[in-house]
Amino acid sequence: MKNLIWLIPILPLAGFIINGIGNKALSRGVSGWLASLTVLGSFILSALAFNSLADSNAVISVDGYQWFSAGNFNLEFGFLIDHLSIVMLLVITGVGFLIHVYSIGYMSHEPDYARYFAYLNLFVFFMLLLVMGSSYVVMFVGWEGVGLCSYLLIGFWFKNQEYNAAARKAFIMNRIGDLGFLLGMFLILVNFGSLQYDTVFEAAKNMPSGAPVLTAIALLLFVGATGKSAQIPLYTWLPDAMAGPTPVSALIHAATMVTAGIYMIIRSNVLYVMAPFASQIVAVIGAVTAIFAALIAIKQNDIKKVLAYSTVSQLGYMFVALGVGAFSTALFHVVTHAFFKALLFLCAGSVIHGMGGEQDIRKMGGLKKSLPVTHFTFLIGTLAISGVPPFAGFFSKDEILAQTWIHNPLLFTVLAVTSVLTAVYMFRLYFVTFYGDFRGTHHQQENLHESPSSMTIPLMVLAVLATVGGFIGLPELFHGPHLLSEFLAPVTAYADAYISGSASHAFEMNMIIISIVVLALIIAFTRSYYVKRNNIPETDSQTEGFSLLLSNKFYVDEIYRAVVTRPMDVLSRFGYNWIEKGFIDRIVNSMGLLTNGTSGMLRLTQSGNIGFYLFAMVLGIVVLIALKLVI
Amino acid sequence: MTLLPLLLFVLPVLGMITVSLISDRKTAAIAALLISVVSFADICWKMAGFDPSGGFQYVFDQWWVEQLGISFAIGIDGLGMIMLLLTNLLVPLIIFSSFDRQIKSHKAYYGLIFFMQAALNGVFTSMDGFLFYVFWELALIPIWFICLLWGGSDRVRITLKFFIYTLSGSLVMLVAIIWLYLQTPAPHDFSLQSFYDLSLTASQQSWVFWAFFLAFAIKIPVFPLHTWQPDTYTDAPSQGTMLLSGIMLKMGLYGILRWMIPVVPQAVQQWGMLAVFLAAIGIVYASAMAIAQTDFKRMAAYASMAHVGLIAAGLFTLNLQALQGGVFQMVSHGITAVGLFFIADILQDKLKSNEMNDMGGLANSSRSFSLLFMVILLGSVALPLTGSFVGEFLLLGGIFAFNSWLSLIAGLSVILGAVYMLRAYNKIALGENTVAEAAFGKLTANEKILLIVISVLIIGTGIYPMPLLKIAEPSIVNILHHAGVNPI
Amino acid sequence: MELSGLNNYLLLASVLFVIGVMGVLFRRNAIIVFACIELMLNAVNLLLVAFSSAHNDPGGQVMVFFIMAVAAAEVAVGLAILVMAYRNIKSVDISMLNNLKW
Repeated sequence: MKNLIWLIPILPLAGFIINGIGNKALSRGVSGWLASLTVLGSFILSALAFNSLADSNAVISVDGYQWFSAGNFNLEFGFLIDHLSIVMLLVITGVGFLIHVYSIGYMSHEPDYARYFAYLNLFVFFMLLLVMGSSYVVMFVGWEGVGLCSYLLIGFWFKNQEYNAAARKAFIMNRIGDLGFLLGMFLILVNFGSLQYDTVFEAAKNMPSGAPVLTAIALLLFVGATGKSAQIPLYTWLPDAMAGPTPVSALIHAATMVTAGIYMIIRSNVLYVMAPFASQIVAVIGAVTAIFAALIAIKQNDIKKVLAYSTVSQLGYMFVALGVGAFSTALFHVVTHAFFKALLFLCAGSVIHGMGGEQDIRKMGGLKKSLPVTHFTFLIGTLAISGVPPFAGFFSKDEILAQTWIHNPLLFTVLAVTSVLTAVYMFRLYFVTFYGDFRGTHHQQENLHESPSSMTIPLMVLAVLATVGGFIGLPELFHGPHLLSEFLAPVTAYADAYISGSASHAFEMNMIIISIVVLALIIAFTRSYYVKRNNIPETDSQTEGFSLLLSNKFYVDEIYRAVVTRPMDVLSRFGYNWIEKGFIDRIVNSMGLLTNGTSGMLRLTQSGNIGFYLFAMVLGIVVLIALKLVI
Repeated sequence: MTLLPLLLFVLPVLGMITVSLISDRKTAAIAALLISVVSFADICWKMAGFDPSGGFQYVFDQWWVEQLGISFAIGIDGLGMIMLLLTNLLVPLIIFSSFDRQIKSHKAYYGLIFFMQAALNGVFTSMDGFLFYVFWELALIPIWFICLLWGGSDRVRITLKFFIYTLSGSLVMLVAIIWLYLQTPAPHDFSLQSFYDLSLTASQQSWVFWAFFLAFAIKIPVFPLHTWQPDTYTDAPSQGTMLLSGIMLKMGLYGILRWMIPVVPQAVQQWGMLAVFLAAIGIVYASAMAIAQTDFKRMAAYASMAHVGLIAAGLFTLNLQALQGGVFQMVSHGITAVGLFFIADILQDKLKSNEMNDMGGLANSSRSFSLLFMVILLGSVALPLTGSFVGEFLLLGGIFAFNSWLSLIAGLSVILGAVYMLRAYNKIALGENTVAEAAFGKLTANEKILLIVISVLIIGTGIYPMPLLKIAEPSIVNILHHAGVNPI
Repeated sequence: MELSGLNNYLLLASVLFVIGVMGVLFRRNAIIVFACIELMLNAVNLLLVAFSSAHNDPGGQVMVFFIMAVAAAEVAVGLAILVMAYRNIKSVDISMLNNLKW
């Protein structure tokens, strides 16, 4: 098995190279299926690795080669497949494969087919590096690599400069986080002398809890996570990232890349339990992001934007779980979220595909009949994300809520409100899109069609996963085994020993009942509001008051523009015109002018009158002789 | 003593003679390329028989003016080997970049490039202070002619400024070298070893430090002594800019390592913080300037200044990681700089301007251009798996160990670099612009080959950087020993 | 020779030298200036001979021959320049030769 580990990332890389070079030579079918099969290959290999891991319980570590070193900085390029990375591997390659297949149908009208699949494969390659690396630096390679692919794919339709701007924004915001990550790595290197996970964690365990160094490391790494996983204050790139093709949004901006920050913190769980202050920050940021994004999502009318803000909000949930020390719970939500959010995005893609590119839900409506498969799977996704039992989201979300309740009731309240909001915006989206009358153009209505089977089959597979995915982590209440947290125990053992506690059965029971009742009420309310009374969201100009604030996303983009982007441009232009040209260069040039001016005056002594020259010469001689005589 | 080391000069001179005999431009270019490839092969061959921990090898030491203690002493150690590798790798690339360009009076052009190569080889191998100074100034002559004769519209004014500016810096260095010479035990001599053996007081070291610093800082250039650079880079012919940014500014960095740190170690420790601070400010400043530019070549010039500022900052931390990173980054910066300025050259050639606001959509006309441009750009922003990442990682890490706040300031280049580079890419390659797209057309085969070679080098050095690091390490450790620092 | 006799030679040489200097400074005819330069050279020659005799050292007289040879060469070059100047400006007035400035 060990020898085959290398193949897991290499396969998608090979797909990237073949698709990249053979761009024009390959036929459409070949490039699409080639890309999908390489990911399938990685999935099968990951499944084998999972098997051997589950059997022997021994982590697979592959010593790579010495990447670079200088003095006591010694960085290796090696892989580590343990219980955590194998879960991520399965999700990435599994969901990735489905989305590749879906893309074959979705992108069928696209002239630049091979380039799309090349980028997608490259993304999978970097994402695999990210989770497979045996040290922070390999993680960082993947970390920056997925940022690059995200840039390339958001700006896939590069003729549109708005999309390019969104892509650039994503890359730069990620880079801000990456600087934090980089500094965090330096701090680790300087203090522990290595970036290998095992060495770092062993060393960290010997430090006192709450040591400033550990807090600083944890906070710096978290800055990286806020960039990649779209948390306050670096979340604004994610909604804009919806400019990319929808399968990309599903794969990168919902299921995999944005969970990299979660993965990183679960990986570093030892550091975070040793830094309680940093963990608190993580939890608070997560909770604030969760409710903030959920509020914004309520008033969005672009089907993808709603899902994007929902992703930000759900990621906030995961960070709260990390902050309270429930690492396996966070991973549980990563997995279920990957299923239902990928499903929702792909359904949205199917809707957009059917509507000929329309994304505004106010121009949809009544799609239930013409898009039956999409409708049904979307419903499952909605139920899952809202936390309706027994769908996947119910288990993972309730676990987060329960864990938060134990550690921090205040945050629990925030999350509980967020869950209500989540159900509201999701059912709003669902009812407005699929019920009521069709509000698009006549042309759209005629061409409305269900998507081809290459798109609907992945939808159905994901729908099944979103339905049953929750059973890998049954709450104690049901006396079933919590498969995931048991599986993950070796990774989080240290943290689990540090942070313990589980909610009482009575509490869990109450929560389940309350949530079912509340959800039922919400569904009934949204249904009556949007379907029975046929309220469609108002046009932009009618929006006012608090809804205006919400539909404009709290003006955060505008604030950033006014506070960061504009001043940066203005300052650099000011610097160029006034400091560079007007001051520094002027000093340099005035040196030259000074020399020129002085010599301009001195040259007048060269009158050309030989008599004067001779006179000066004699005078000079006399003076010299006189000096000689005097001294 | 063998004459083999002299091949470093014989081959370029041979190149000068050969191109001066060929009047057909194409043939001359091919001959020049062949000879420069031979000199690269010579370096590779020297490297094959090179022992990194063996100190100076391939030594050629002969009295030049015995009465004055001046000798013609050259030798190669690990650091020198890296610099020679860089020089002789880039010269063929630079010559190749001119293949599709109508160079007038090509004999002089290629002759001057070879002249430059010989002088640079001399700078990086001299083991004698006087000889070092001679080569240092000698390198200025060909580049001055190249800029003056083949430059843009404002070349006379700009080259004059460039020449005087760098010359005045090096004159101060000459004074310092002569002063050091007079401090050596009688009979005085200029050899590197005698300079290393000097024991100077703190105040003596201080002024020598500043004298050297002025010369090197102007050449690098370090803020605020940089204003000759953007103008010169913008106005020089492309090959001249590549020589300047790819190799010539490394003379200053090399000088710091070879002639400054071991000779005046106490002063470096005393003033190092200030120097690092200046360089770090310079990084942010240059990045901000790059953001304000609309001319691609000028932007690349400021970008180059920002990246080199990081190397300079690293060298003054006297920290093994930063020094190693600096040496490595000199190589990878050289490669990316040649790549970026070649991109500027292609744009200039096809669109007759480097004004980014007039460009757009070039990815529509040439996919390979946009792809290879992207690779070079990623090399410039130091994405992992490109050479610059290795260099910048070690540099920033070393600076971090020295002072974490300064590394935060220097690290801003990671963000700002992405800002200006991606803005440039968006303006040049993406979007739509029918005029520019039609004017741009396709890349020629030669352009494509060169860009591919550069891309492969960028990624190759990023994936497997160890060989270069291993060559440099013992000599860097040695330099630090001379400086009285224990390398860890 | 007595040292008192030497004084007379010194006086004569000084007078000759000063006459030469004055001529160079104040005359504008290039030929006269030239002659005055010769006068100065010869004043120096006289001094050398006088000291040579006083100190009984023939080295001084060797120097005189040396100066005479150099002076001859100088006159040849100088007159050639003068001829060229005359051909160009039809004059040997040195105040006309003022183009060598700035």
